[in-house]
Amino acid sequence: MTTRPAIADPPGSFQEIILRLQSFWAERGCVVLQPYDMEMGAGTFHPATTLRALGPEREWNCAYVQPSRRPTDGRYGENPNRLQHYYQFQVMMKPSPADSQGLYLDSLYALGIDPGLHDIRFVEDDWESPTLGAWGLGWEVWCDGMEVTQFTYFQQVGGIECDPVPVELTYGLERLAMYILDKENVYDLPFNAPGGNGAKTYGDVFLRSEREFSAYNFELADAPTLFQHFKDAEAACTALIEARKALPAYDQCIKASHLFNLLDARGVISVVERQAYIGRVRNLARQCCEIWLDAA
Amino acid sequence: MADFLLELLSEEIPARMQARAITDLDRLVGDELRGAGLIFETSEAHVTPRRLALHVTGLPHASPDTVEERKGPRIDAPEKAIEGFLKASGLTLDQCEQRETPKGKVWFAVRSVPGRPTPEILTEAIGTVLAKLPWPKSMRWGESAFRWVRPLHGILALFDGVALGGTVEPVADRRYVLSDLTQGHRFLAPAPITVTSFADYRDKLRAASVILDRDERKTMIWQRVEELAEAEGLMPRDDPALLDEVAGLVEYPVVYAARIDEAFMSVPDEALITAMRSHQKYFALLTQDGKLAPRFVLVANTETSDGGAAVVAGNERVLRARLSDAKFFWDQDRQHSLGSRVPRLKQITFHDKLGTMDGKVDRVEALAATIAHDVPGADIDRVRSASRLAKADLVTGMVGEFPELQGIMGRYYALEDGEHAEVADAIADHYAPLGPNDQCPTAPVSVAVALADKIDSLVGFWSIDEKPTGSRDPYALRRAALGVIRLILENKLRLSLRGVFAAALANYPGAPDETIADLPSFIADRLKVSLREQGVRHDLIDAVFAVSGDDLVSLLNRVEALREFLDTDDGANLLVAYRRAANIERIEAKKDKVNDFGIVDEGSLREAEEKSLWDALGKTGRAVQPLLETEAFTGAMAELAKLRPQVDRFFDAVTVNADDAELRRNRLALLSEIRATIDQVAHFSAIEG
Repeated sequence: MTTRPAIADPPGSFQEIILRLQSFWAERGCVVLQPYDMEMGAGTFHPATTLRALGPEREWNCAYVQPSRRPTDGRYGENPNRLQHYYQFQVMMKPSPADSQGLYLDSLYALGIDPGLHDIRFVEDDWESPTLGAWGLGWEVWCDGMEVTQFTYFQQVGGIECDPVPVELTYGLERLAMYILDKENVYDLPFNAPGGNGAKTYGDVFLRSEREFSAYNFELADAPTLFQHFKDAEAACTALIEARKALPAYDQCIKASHLFNLLDARGVISVVERQAYIGRVRNLARQCCEIWLDAA
Repeated sequence: MADFLLELLSEEIPARMQARAITDLDRLVGDELRGAGLIFETSEAHVTPRRLALHVTGLPHASPDTVEERKGPRIDAPEKAIEGFLKASGLTLDQCEQRETPKGKVWFAVRSVPGRPTPEILTEAIGTVLAKLPWPKSMRWGESAFRWVRPLHGILALFDGVALGGTVEPVADRRYVLSDLTQGHRFLAPAPITVTSFADYRDKLRAASVILDRDERKTMIWQRVEELAEAEGLMPRDDPALLDEVAGLVEYPVVYAARIDEAFMSVPDEALITAMRSHQKYFALLTQDGKLAPRFVLVANTETSDGGAAVVAGNERVLRARLSDAKFFWDQDRQHSLGSRVPRLKQITFHDKLGTMDGKVDRVEALAATIAHDVPGADIDRVRSASRLAKADLVTGMVGEFPELQGIMGRYYALEDGEHAEVADAIADHYAPLGPNDQCPTAPVSVAVALADKIDSLVGFWSIDEKPTGSRDPYALRRAALGVIRLILENKLRLSLRGVFAAALANYPGAPDETIADLPSFIADRLKVSLREQGVRHDLIDAVFAVSGDDLVSLLNRVEALREFLDTDDGANLLVAYRRAANIERIEAKKDKVNDFGIVDEGSLREAEEKSLWDALGKTGRAVQPLLETEAFTGAMAELAKLRPQVDRFFDAVTVNADDAELRRNRLALLSEIRATIDQVAHFSAIEG
């Protein structure tokens, strides 16, 4: 009989979910990092995932929270489920452990999710990031029909085959928290312990930010400036690739990617141009990955 | 005789790949066994989300002994040659036989090869399966280069009740022990299970909350769906594709009914159903009058200690979030008219070389207006409006989120805008028919727009030489062609295909006429495929297509008249006479090295039978023409039938190959005339059988 740890009591707040996940993965040998200090669309962009998925070491386990910016998803704080800024909890383990699924399920038990009460399923969902030239196979993990995690065995990053293969787990923290804490509106989530002095909701912390950034993303961001920034980031990235400095070059690639997302939200990139912009970012990412490996 | 049981236990296999995987497993193992000389009785494969299983019965314990023969050099060949032969076959000369052959006495190496134990062959077969099973997408994991659909964890391989033991190594660093162990349900019964036979395997899995048989899971699910629906006085919405998928997502189906929040019921049914099925895999329930009920059915993979309360509550919550999106789009989309969205179609590419969707809309409008003249009852203004609005829902939020709602949402939004019902329906229907079993539009406005949309695509892709080849048909042009055929035939439209194609091509400035030269024959091929499925003889279509391919309704009427005619004695005999005439003519033309025998010289007709045949041919020709023009095909066939006695008498009484050269030529010309007269109605030469 496979032994599983007992199901923990459910966490009481958004931040407790993060703390639980951090200590869970820390106990399993992950390097617990802090968020990367740049705007990015997903936790995968963090160099601890993108670059370390390829090398230099064969073994690399990390876990971190990453704020993710999706300018087009902004709803001025009026949609209970959609945010232009949200948190992902990201785990990457390389090589993927033999019992990756079991380890992952243990992390759900640590969050108080009991498979004796809930229907947990692995439903096909292949992951692809056209801007990173990355793809993998895996599932979205369902808990009672709710997608709580993207579970992916990376096959390629920056157009380069991953060897060994890492497994990436991406928990959508707000969605998971709404489920665990039984809230229908993200802004009602208790951010810290509810009831006490200084208790804050997710809305207390982020509602104003959602309103203001939605206005910025959709209305105020200055397209000509952003186009110029994109060009500058691309040029800087290319120069740094020339100088074979992978990490600073990759920072510029992250920047270019986010600027593209902002331009997309402003609706100033046509369908035809869109593919071309994605191709330009992918080209930068590929070169960053190549020199990251070469220089190692 | 003994059984073989194989199970490949893995992480969750995508539902859409499961059916194909067990067909391939069955085939690969069967091929391996037969290739090794093993005959078996039955072979049956099963699949659940986590396992592929194969049960083979009636296997012998070893493959039969065989004799291997190898022919060597002549016995008087140089010593070197004989030495080489012995070396290659691993025998000494006294172990070889001499045999008489047409080339003299020759050495033969004859070796009896003993049969091999079945377990050895099975172990090799497993290795082959691991190397060759063709997954649509496969992956690596951990540190190995081995590929499988998802990580493969264990192999159970049992022969005659005993584990094969040993290991298979598909690549050097990935090794599987061939055991008698498996696991039950991931959560309900994760402990290892030891298995002794297929029945034991199936039963122990059942006890461990795994229903091995996919059809049984489907039946369990659907029965329960029906029960739950009935309990509320409702009925399930039939959805075989969803049932297939859901049966591939669970090892142990547990079915629950749940509620849709009333607040969402104002959103169109199709949008609600799509939101439920495409993302969440829920079954919709209908009221007795066919409307969507505020209930849905979900299929879980596990039994829970609270009787499903948390599972149901969780799924209802997820659906609320999904539907609030759908409702948001429904509310947002209606704030702008469909018409105001048309300019935004500039942002959608139709095809790199064929421009954007707004251009497509312009062309479809022009073409539909032309076609409308040939569609009885089609109001031109409504055809134009429907064409302009047909694609506008592509830039609505709802269709952006649920592309499969294209057309359907357009209809709703058009009605909201106060468009005429015929216009709204045409927007919804203009993509139809999507294949041979899809409903074909019959409303005149819908028919005109649906035809124009498809013909514009066919002609457009033809003009850039993007035609279907083999199994490649990325733009679904075969389906479009079949749609054109069905729209024309089922609505009995009298339409010149060449005329419509030319009108469509005129909307692609600069495209040369030659580019669509072979489009009519493409349509003819699709027509043959489609009619063959309905049991119409393709040779009759060929026979008629050669004389009238432009008007499909007329073509089909003529085919029908021809079929009836050939069933009569007159028809059958005339076909025989036609063939006789054509054969003689062909053989003699080859002999004379000429293409034809010129025209009949009336003065050279000598025998009475010749003269009366000539008269009859003239009469028939004159009688048939007006009948063909008025499409009185049965009448035209009857005229042909009158030829039969004349033709028969001619062959009985007249020697075609007369000694007199001019007489012979004239009679051969008369034979050509028989053929030409009949060919006016249909090319009998294409008729088979």
